[in-house]
Amino acid sequence: MTKSNGRFGSFGGRFVPETLMNAVLELEKGFEAILDDPTFEIEMRDLLVNYSGRPTPLTFAKRLTEYAGGAEIYLKREDLNHTGAHKINNTIGQALLAKRMGKRKLIAETGAGQHGVASATIAALLGMECKVYMGEEDVRRQAQNVFRMELLGAEVISVTSGSRTLKDATNEAMRAWVAAVEDSFYLIGSAVGPHPYPQMVKYFQRVIGDEARAQMLERTGSLPTDVVACVGGGSNAIGMFTAFIDDQAVKIHGVEAAGKGLDTKEHAASLSIGRPGVLHGSYSYMLHDEHGQIIPAHSISAGLDYPGVGPEHAHLKEIGRVRYTAVTDEEAMEAVKQLCELEGIIPAIESAHALSEAIRLASNGSAAEKILVCLSGRGDKDMETIRAYFQGGI
Amino acid sequence: MTTLAKSFQSNKTNLIPYLVAGYPSKQVTIDLIHLLSEEGVTAIELGVPFSDPVADGPIIQQAAEKALANGVTLADVFSIAQTVREQGNHIPLILFSYYNPLLSYGLNQVARDAAKAGFAGFIVPDLPFEESDELRNQLDQLNMDLVPLVAPTSKERVAKIASTAKGFVYCVSSLGTTGVRQSFASNLDAFLQQVRSNSPVPIAVGFGVSRASQVQELQKKADGVIVGSALVKQVMELEQGLCKKEEKQKSLEQIRVFVKGLLS
Ligand SMILES: Cc1ncc(COP(=O)(O)O)c(C=O)c1O
Repeated sequence: MTKSNGRFGSFGGRFVPETLMNAVLELEKGFEAILDDPTFEIEMRDLLVNYSGRPTPLTFAKRLTEYAGGAEIYLKREDLNHTGAHKINNTIGQALLAKRMGKRKLIAETGAGQHGVASATIAALLGMECKVYMGEEDVRRQAQNVFRMELLGAEVISVTSGSRTLKDATNEAMRAWVAAVEDSFYLIGSAVGPHPYPQMVKYFQRVIGDEARAQMLERTGSLPTDVVACVGGGSNAIGMFTAFIDDQAVKIHGVEAAGKGLDTKEHAASLSIGRPGVLHGSYSYMLHDEHGQIIPAHSISAGLDYPGVGPEHAHLKEIGRVRYTAVTDEEAMEAVKQLCELEGIIPAIESAHALSEAIRLASNGSAAEKILVCLSGRGDKDMETIRAYFQGGI
Repeated sequence: MTTLAKSFQSNKTNLIPYLVAGYPSKQVTIDLIHLLSEEGVTAIELGVPFSDPVADGPIIQQAAEKALANGVTLADVFSIAQTVREQGNHIPLILFSYYNPLLSYGLNQVARDAAKAGFAGFIVPDLPFEESDELRNQLDQLNMDLVPLVAPTSKERVAKIASTAKGFVYCVSSLGTTGVRQSFASNLDAFLQQVRSNSPVPIAVGFGVSRASQVQELQKKADGVIVGSALVKQVMELEQGLCKKEEKQKSLEQIRVFVKGLLS
């Protein structure tokens, strides 16, 4: 299952300080051990079903479909997970692995706070200690989630270095891991980082696509024509895409944040605009200048506001299996409104990026076509941002 | 034997200071290199400022941020080295850089330009042994050393890393990032002995060394001692003076006093 060099084509690898190398190798061994251990699967399934509420529903978005006037739109409802996003799938898996490896202290980074909340939640459930690193700028933008994490017993550390967002929180989490590597487990929040993280996070998130594929077949009798997911670090996307990669007829679309536009400097489109380099332990596409200095990203959604992307997406782009595109802040906010008004669902702004692209594809498609969208999270955390945007903008 | 390995034999201080290149300015970095050479250091690490230095603590992060704000690039670091050489100073220089700036420059090009500028070796803190072949091959061809790092957590990895080392082996004193520390890993002695018994080249220890007493203690256990954050902190405290024409000499002398103090 895992390749020891951890490469997806030429992407991936393990670019971490030597102090972390043994921890990363131990993690790889731990991960390989659970792959061969049916008792782990049973333990994980139990929490996914009886704690998080899986399987999540597949919703046919009837009014949104009518509005788009073309292909049918189906929503994979990851927003209905406990804690409100797909992030919990991964934290359940990683925290159970940490427990098996005898580590009771979790370190996590968070942008929107969704991964932080999911980490704090699972730490409480399993009686573990949890420290969450979060950029000062995000602490401000996502104050509610900071409070949630604290209520759940986690310690939130506000990071004041660099651009004070997710990239810097990740730097600081890695520094904290270096200092406490012997008793701490780094619970990474997306399909990024050194090997085996990208493969491991995919393994814990692939339940999204596995369920959705079976649900589509059962409900409609066939596979979707198109599958769409938003791409920050790429965990909900890789979780959704994996089940469909071998279905060559299924078109797959990853949607990055175009922020204020791809022709501006304020976006987070590592795959659309960036070029390969090394950030946070792996070789992948990223936003950096000609000198290799990382360029801070911008997106209205904190969860997509990251200048890197998981290495498997870089590979899927390179081989042309997935089409990567980008949606602006404005387009995403428009999709937020449409889903609220037409379906009674308030989506996370991250997920609205995927929705916006799905609506565009649907309106260009025919009634025989079906578009499956990963609705990665709910918008409760974004109330303040959405309110401010529509009061100021529209 | 390579330039770096040789420098440990001829040298009495066995001190390897680290500077953030271009901080507070390119000229001051050049002045500091001369000053450190006069004090008889073994070699100097020139740190290439990087936006996301995961192995560094707050002091080096801050200095690097300022250097970047001043627009310092890898090409500037080469020009600093070249100037020093043109001024007749042949102190061994080590390029300390995260991997991404090197990749962006191109590994082949970076090796050629570093050789031209007179660098003796590279240290790349986020490039572990398993990922290092490509860069090492480039450096080998030009007789520069890729100095490997080993940490107290390296355990069974020490043998394979140290036994193939060239130049010297950089032993990380403790877990965590660079910075000023009170104490080192509790198993430091055993760790250093393990490295020494596997290494064909000298061993140097760094991360957190800030006082003369620590330097003395570590010099007994290793062939060289690396001082980074503590020196950068001195430079930071004297930043204003170093950047003013009329106060520069006095500030440089204060740094000289600090360096002499480390060795006393
Ligand atoms: C709801 C939601 N969707 C998507 C993302 C983006 O992450 P990823 O690309 O790893 O799925 C986040 C991140 O915080 C999120 O909260």
